[in-house]
Amino acid sequence: MMELSKSKSIFDYDDSNKMYILSVIVENKPGVLFRITNLFRSRNFNIESITVGITEKPDLSRMTITTISDVKTLEQLVKQLQKLIDVIQINVLNKENAVYRELALIKMNAKDPTTRIEIANFASIYRGNIMDITNETITVEIIGTPDKIDAFKDLVSGYGILQVARTGVSALPRGAVDDDL
Amino acid sequence: MTGAAALMAALEKEKVEFIFGLPGGANLPIYDALVDSKIRHVLVRHEQSAAHMADGYARIKRKAGVCFATSGPGATNLVTGIATAYADSSPIIAVTGQVALPMIGKDAFQETDIIGVTNPCTKYAFQPRVATEIPEMVKKSFYIAESGRPGPVLLDIPKDVQQQVMKMEFPDYIKVRGYNPVVDADLTEINKACEMILKAEKPIIMAGGGVILSGAFSELQVLAELLSIPVVTTFKGKGAFPENHQLALGPIGMHGHAEANKMVLEADCIIAIGARFSDRTVGRFDEFGKDINVIHFDVDPAEIGKNKSVNAAVIGDVKSSLRSLIKLIPKNFQTNDEIIKLWLGRKRELVNYYEDSIKDYSREITAKKALKKLREILPADGIVTTEVGQCQMWASLHFDVITPGTFFSSTGLGTMGFGFPASIGAKAARSNVPVVDIAGDGSFNMTENSLAVSVLEDLPVIVFLLNNQMLGMVAQWQRTFYNRRYSGVHQKNCPDYCKLAESYGADAYRVSTLDELDKALRNSLKSSVATVIDIPIDPDEDVYPFVAPGTGLKDMIIGA
Repeated sequence: MMELSKSKSIFDYDDSNKMYILSVIVENKPGVLFRITNLFRSRNFNIESITVGITEKPDLSRMTITTISDVKTLEQLVKQLQKLIDVIQINVLNKENAVYRELALIKMNAKDPTTRIEIANFASIYRGNIMDITNETITVEIIGTPDKIDAFKDLVSGYGILQVARTGVSALPRGAVDDDL
Repeated sequence: MTGAAALMAALEKEKVEFIFGLPGGANLPIYDALVDSKIRHVLVRHEQSAAHMADGYARIKRKAGVCFATSGPGATNLVTGIATAYADSSPIIAVTGQVALPMIGKDAFQETDIIGVTNPCTKYAFQPRVATEIPEMVKKSFYIAESGRPGPVLLDIPKDVQQQVMKMEFPDYIKVRGYNPVVDADLTEINKACEMILKAEKPIIMAGGGVILSGAFSELQVLAELLSIPVVTTFKGKGAFPENHQLALGPIGMHGHAEANKMVLEADCIIAIGARFSDRTVGRFDEFGKDINVIHFDVDPAEIGKNKSVNAAVIGDVKSSLRSLIKLIPKNFQTNDEIIKLWLGRKRELVNYYEDSIKDYSREITAKKALKKLREILPADGIVTTEVGQCQMWASLHFDVITPGTFFSSTGLGTMGFGFPASIGAKAARSNVPVVDIAGDGSFNMTENSLAVSVLEDLPVIVFLLNNQMLGMVAQWQRTFYNRRYSGVHQKNCPDYCKLAESYGADAYRVSTLDELDKALRNSLKSSVATVIDIPIDPDEDVYPFVAPGTGLKDMIIGA
């Protein structure tokens, strides 16, 4: 079995700085995304990725924000987010208490038929899908944790990666639902 | 009913007495509805002043102040005032006109994305898309602005929404689901705080603006007297505790009282109440309260640990928290009078020491002498505001606030030009007491056109103008840190402030002796119009003590 992940796990990025996933329930209305990203900017917080989508309730959106920070900064970040009136609820997630996934589309050089077969094999090991294939290129969809996507990228980097689109992390806490929204 | 009429009706339901504002193209329907309203409109000469007036009104009334402006430049002129209110947690409602909905995003005439512009300095902002949303948004604006940690709220109303005719419903009850400010603190934390306080031998209270915002004056005094704890304040907290009280030490910080700065460093427990450990107050975050118990009472959870890690944190309205704390102190608790005697004795020692060591200028009138004279003559319940710079710091050092809650200033943002319009707002809030703006010539220049408002609207205030013909604080820094290379600080006594005041119909005095100042002050207290007292002082007079930026309170410089 091959080494799936070459890079360090995202949750152990550094002794002091770690990646955290914030699952934030917000009002589904105009201007909310702006208020949140502006808060990150004005308070000097760093966003790795941010995804937004509607939840099971049409008037609420779930934002999944990944950030690399130390615990003290994380605490400030959560408190400042909580102060925003459009923010209803925040969960700080980690790999133990959450399921989290990201989708990536990766387009590679594949002029040679053997290359296309090799890439298709790698993709199937990574449970990826071939989304598009031409005489020149191949585009693979990979779904998984960010390290799995990083690992796949490392694996195929030798073929020449042409374009990458990543969605950022989406996450949900594991198990029973204990919030009343 | 039109959206504009609904706005006025909703404001009346919120018991608004004053609106400070200036009309323009995009709020014409609102100004038309104003004609039929009972609310008194005060026409300003610049929108910045409207926001400051609403702010000054709010700080004295302890209720949101309201200001109006049109779209585009009218709205952007408000921004300095909104940011000032945000930095000092003052509740104001800014109602701006906006271009009609179909024109938004088309770079229309006088269009500005004012919600975007003010995002970092408003607690929240609303933009109704249909007129029926207006009554609920008004009610929510007041609720959000006044509750929890107060702050400014913007209500940006497109012109066509103001004009829409619809059937309006005025809600009696509203709920904002993402907003649940904590009122009553967690008892276990108060218990923990209480134990630390009772255990401390040399405790000190650091009272901040939160005490003033929640009106916890008597609670603070009861706590301090019960346990004989000396009280320092932050600059925003100045006047949270009577400064002629035997336990009062006055403000700490960059230009704090020397004895207060010294004593806070000798304490073994700091009880911060409604204070946010700003850099101007504590000097260096890492040095302040190092290795001792620091207890933090605050209504805003995000303030806990933001600048300073603390040993106990009591989150909630400080008035309610202090009441619970006082109840927890056992009835039979015996204070150790020997230790208290030593600790309070240290206070007297320091006061005497610094009184002798800080030199006074020998001139007939100095800022210090003038402010002592003002204190002598102004009734204890008179309200005092300040401009920003040396005049502000002199006021902090040399003017003792006797009645709690009668002093305020732009302490967070440090907005020059704030004091004068804010004093007019304060006068509107409490017309039966005299209101004084301790001003410098630099700041007064910025909003002096509010003289027209003070005179015409019958809101007389006294401008106590410490005139050194300089942007004095900048000059002091250039003297201290830039080897006396003065750059852009000379105002050269232009205009003639007496002639300026007279041209607006205000009274004016120029005084060169303390006797003249005495007479001028007594006359102005009797006058029914605004008064400017021009007090020429030495341009070289500096503010001391001084804690240089980036250093700690222990590095305080006592004099040049």
